Amino acid sequence: MATDKPDVDAVTGTTTTGHSWDGIGELDTPLPRWWLWLFYATIAWGIAYWILYPSWPLLFSYTKGTFGWHSRDAVTQDLAELKAQRGPMMDKLTAARLDQIVADPQLLDFARAQGRVTFRDNCAGCHGAGGAGARGYPNLNDDDWLWGGKLDTIAQTIRFGVRSTHDKTRMGSMPAFGRDGMLQRAEIATVADYVRSLSGLAVDPKADLAAGKKIFADNCATCHGPDGKGKRDLGAPNLTDAIWLYGPDKATIVDGLWNGRGSVMPAWDGRLDETAIKAVAVYVFTLGGGEK
Amino acid sequence: MAADEKIVTLPAPRGAGSEPTLGELTSMAVVAASPLVDDEDEATHGPLYAPRRKIYPQRVRGTYRRIKWVVLCVTLGIYYLLPFVRWDRGPNAPAQAVLIDFPAHRFYFFFIEIWPQEVYYITGLLILAALVLFLMNAVAGRIWCGYLCPQTVWTDLFQVVERWIEGDRREHLQRDAAGWTVERAARAAAKHFLWLMIAWWTGGAWVLYFADAPTLVKDLATFQAPVVAYAWIGILTFTTYSLAGHMREQVCLYMCPWPRIQAALTDEFALNVTYRYDRGEPRGSVKKNAALRERGQPAGDCIDCLQCVHVCPTGVDIRGGPNLGCIQCGLCIDACDAVMAKIGRPPRLIAYDTDLNIKRREAGQDNVFKIVRVRTALYVAIIALVGGVMLYTLATRTSEGLSVLHDRNPIFVRLSDGALRNGYTVRVLNKALETRRFMLAADGLADAFLEVAGDTTSPVGYPIVEVGPDQTREVRLLVTSYQHLPPAAAVPLSFRIIDLATKRKATAADFFRGP
Repeated sequence: MATDKPDVDAVTGTTTTGHSWDGIGELDTPLPRWWLWLFYATIAWGIAYWILYPSWPLLFSYTKGTFGWHSRDAVTQDLAELKAQRGPMMDKLTAARLDQIVADPQLLDFARAQGRVTFRDNCAGCHGAGGAGARGYPNLNDDDWLWGGKLDTIAQTIRFGVRSTHDKTRMGSMPAFGRDGMLQRAEIATVADYVRSLSGLAVDPKADLAAGKKIFADNCATCHGPDGKGKRDLGAPNLTDAIWLYGPDKATIVDGLWNGRGSVMPAWDGRLDETAIKAVAVYVFTLGGGEK
Repeated sequence: MAADEKIVTLPAPRGAGSEPTLGELTSMAVVAASPLVDDEDEATHGPLYAPRRKIYPQRVRGTYRRIKWVVLCVTLGIYYLLPFVRWDRGPNAPAQAVLIDFPAHRFYFFFIEIWPQEVYYITGLLILAALVLFLMNAVAGRIWCGYLCPQTVWTDLFQVVERWIEGDRREHLQRDAAGWTVERAARAAAKHFLWLMIAWWTGGAWVLYFADAPTLVKDLATFQAPVVAYAWIGILTFTTYSLAGHMREQVCLYMCPWPRIQAALTDEFALNVTYRYDRGEPRGSVKKNAALRERGQPAGDCIDCLQCVHVCPTGVDIRGGPNLGCIQCGLCIDACDAVMAKIGRPPRLIAYDTDLNIKRREAGQDNVFKIVRVRTALYVAIIALVGGVMLYTLATRTSEGLSVLHDRNPIFVRLSDGALRNGYTVRVLNKALETRRFMLAADGLADAFLEVAGDTTSPVGYPIVEVGPDQTREVRLLVTSYQHLPPAAAVPLSFRIIDLATKRKATAADFFRGP
């Protein structure tokens, strides 16, 4: 029952709301003072925030706030701080020659860490996250190199690419001997057997290796060398080792001979800065196959 | 049990006053000699709500107060001054005896240096701390709460300041009752200023544990220190000021879990600050009880002077028996002993004792004090075990370490001459404070050839890794083998580092995998 005079609960000394259900009253306990003041403080905070920071959307703009804070400025500042933090080592990396980087353990660690990130962002799409390659994309962990595994040659390949659009690109391709009518189907099969025999792989006992050797000498030796060990200035692979870019089975070799090969690597000059190219070159060099 | 219940239902403490004279005591006792209220209803069905009663603890002198002063000086002295203690570790490490170096991921404690992966020492310390706490509780109750807890120590310190400026209990009560005057406001302002200074210095000492103390003091004074240092000083100033100045016993009564836990850990042999009601009851005035004694009738030693209540920092009446609010600081023992000396009765009416002994004395039996019992013996045994394990690991701690992680992609590489190669990320730890050279080796594959990628200086097949003082170094290790392995082979490899100068070794296990 509501009355004019507020009811006071005897036990707690607190007024009641005057509501009563079956004799059970409801205490009108005020908000705790500390809570109330915190609540007021948050309101004050909110109003200050509207004034100081960007907050209200307008029709074609928004309230900018008196601090002039902008998320893009914050990002720019963060990036500048990062650059300043990396500064001394980055300058050292930029100034150093490739062989100097590898000779300095601290710089080598820094370059590898930088190179790993750049590699995973740009190179892993084809070469794989660990540089293990795939069919047609060379494994960068092994010691077999199409264009050379020294620091400088790796850097050059990265910079200008292979069969890319860059003027200084590495050039050279495997002709389509079958499709372009340079060799008959039977000749291609014969030379494929011979190529397999170069690296000690099993061949058909009936295969005519002497004929294959002659076809090889007439057509293939120009690029792959008379002994089949390849020529790096043409990107012609060594056919006598255990590593095959497309695969060692006869069908794959025949396919290459018939249709030719010519996979492409883009030029990174202009896309990555010189420091990043150096870092990636050092990273690839230290994956395992680097040649001294 | 009957005695217990009677004591619980004592009338609420009345009146105020500092330590009374003998004359006052006798006259007070006449007033206090009201019969014990024996109404169970009031005790069990009292109000569920109780507003906080402001406590004005009275100054006291005596044995336990002296112990508390010593503990306060020692603990606060350690806390405030320890960061300035120097410890020479040579040129490659900080010279601060106790330092938690977060940026460099190191913890220094005098001759001990701990790396992040050795954080189990901290775990061990925490286990030891918990067990020592349990042991204290089993031997003599809340020793921690009464003497050692920072909440108690800082509250003690703040109360010294309070008494110095606003006067002892009686004076302070009179001032508060007289309403606001300029003088009272000035005194309050001075008190809060001093409190804030102590709190501020408490926060200041805290941050000194995280950086070179003298340098940081200079930086703080010249406003060159990092923002985080000022922020932490601010946070700890606030917590110290509010916890020790304003919240005080509320922390022990409502915030701290330890009173609840220790109540579950105690047993009947644990010594506690106990009112010996077998000797104290029936309480009455000095004269009345003296007269009763002359007539050969039972008379207790308690004269109901309430000194034990007035000195209590948590406002407890110890005569009510074991109490959750009692932090067992022993100040009521000192207060009661002073009164007993004045009225010519033996001291220790309140003492470290057990309820069990009271019951035994009432039954005419001898006291039992059993400090050595299964509970305490077990605690000591576990403390010795954990402490022993920690000491052992500390004594056998190596100053070098090796961890090896196999490449996940590719798992193996076939080389042009048909050899198999596995790549590993190897981290060499040098915990010594000078540069060391380690040779890397691996056992398990007869023809394993090791090289560190990019390394041009080591002898062929014997890679040497140089690691700076108190540092780690990560290198890429390539292991090559010509062995013909069965399909999906995983040959266990045991990697080793050997310090070329001291021949000290560390090992790590991994695998060599093939197609």
